[in-house]
Amino acid sequence: MSKFAKKKDGEVPAVSTASLPDIVFMLLFFFMTVTVMKDSSLKVENILPNASEVKKLEKKDRVIYIYVGKPTKEYEKVFGTEPKIQLNDKFSTPSEVGAYILMERAKKPQELQNVLTTSLKVDKNANMGLISDIKQELRKVNALKVNYTTYEGDAFRNLQ
Amino acid sequence: MARRSGAPEVSAGSMADIAFLLLIFFLVTTTIETDAGLDRMLPPWEPPEEEPPVIKQKNIFTVNINRNGQLLVEDEILEIKDLREKAKAFLDNGGAPSGDPEHCNYCKGERNPASSDNPVKAIISLKNDRETEYSTYITVQNELVGAYNELRNREAMRLYKKNFVDMEAEYLNPETTNEVKEELKEKVRRIQELFPQKLSEAETSSN
Repeated sequence: MSKFAKKKDGEVPAVSTASLPDIVFMLLFFFMTVTVMKDSSLKVENILPNASEVKKLEKKDRVIYIYVGKPTKEYEKVFGTEPKIQLNDKFSTPSEVGAYILMERAKKPQELQNVLTTSLKVDKNANMGLISDIKQELRKVNALKVNYTTYEGDAFRNLQ
Repeated sequence: MARRSGAPEVSAGSMADIAFLLLIFFLVTTTIETDAGLDRMLPPWEPPEEEPPVIKQKNIFTVNINRNGQLLVEDEILEIKDLREKAKAFLDNGGAPSGDPEHCNYCKGERNPASSDNPVKAIISLKNDRETEYSTYITVQNELVGAYNELRNREAMRLYKKNFVDMEAEYLNPETTNEVKEELKEKVRRIQELFPQKLSEAETSSN
């Protein structure tokens, strides 16, 4: 008589999977839109240091990247183990940085050419000598806005 | 006789599989980029023969990093963890006496006449060795920027009841509307004028 009479035992009704493609498509579109295809593959080790007082680097089209670090295993034989600069897809010397910046700047639209930021992605084990050489080159071509790109975290973890 | 109806229906059963395949491909290739860091302005490249302005020694806060990552601050050895407090004390000192045109009325420091006159005059000079590790350098930079940010936060709290770092982040965020931006611009500039970031970096020495 009770309202909560037991249902007939037996099969649990099958869950409809008809909406599964829709869900998957939604996820798919999400990942498709957030994916950024890398335009250069890293040839150097690039573990960035941590810092807590970071500012976000907005607007990717206004950024020029410079990578610095030890060549990875496969390039170690040719280029040695000292930290190197990677511009686009090749190893470079500090003196080539200026020309690279000018070239990248010329590629950007006119109105952005004065507001470019140079993002220095430097491995935490690199030495300052190389970095200051790069900075000198950047100053020569008047690319004064730099961003030392880091991970967000406690800066004191760098020292361990 | 064969019955001619519309085109036979394509089975959509494998649609989910195809979508999954694509999904997994994009999942694997996605890298969430780390695009945050410490912003710095480099000094312009000027001819070296130009006469540098005269700066009083007491308005300069020297930080030296040697090749082993040890710090020499104002001719004393200092641990990196104490650097932030020391830098704050220097910037916030406000040593100029009241009545002086350089008097700082918002400083809460010790007002030591032997230290900086005014945050506007105070300069932090950072010097490092060519052999210094980049990670140490970033830690020191981070602490110095942190010192500025803490002081700016304090003033922003006092004047606008808001955190300076949040205000600046909102100002730089491209999603912020123009009206909000205009309003923030003025405030951010004002705070920046109270504690201008004057961080000078000498060229590295090789010895």
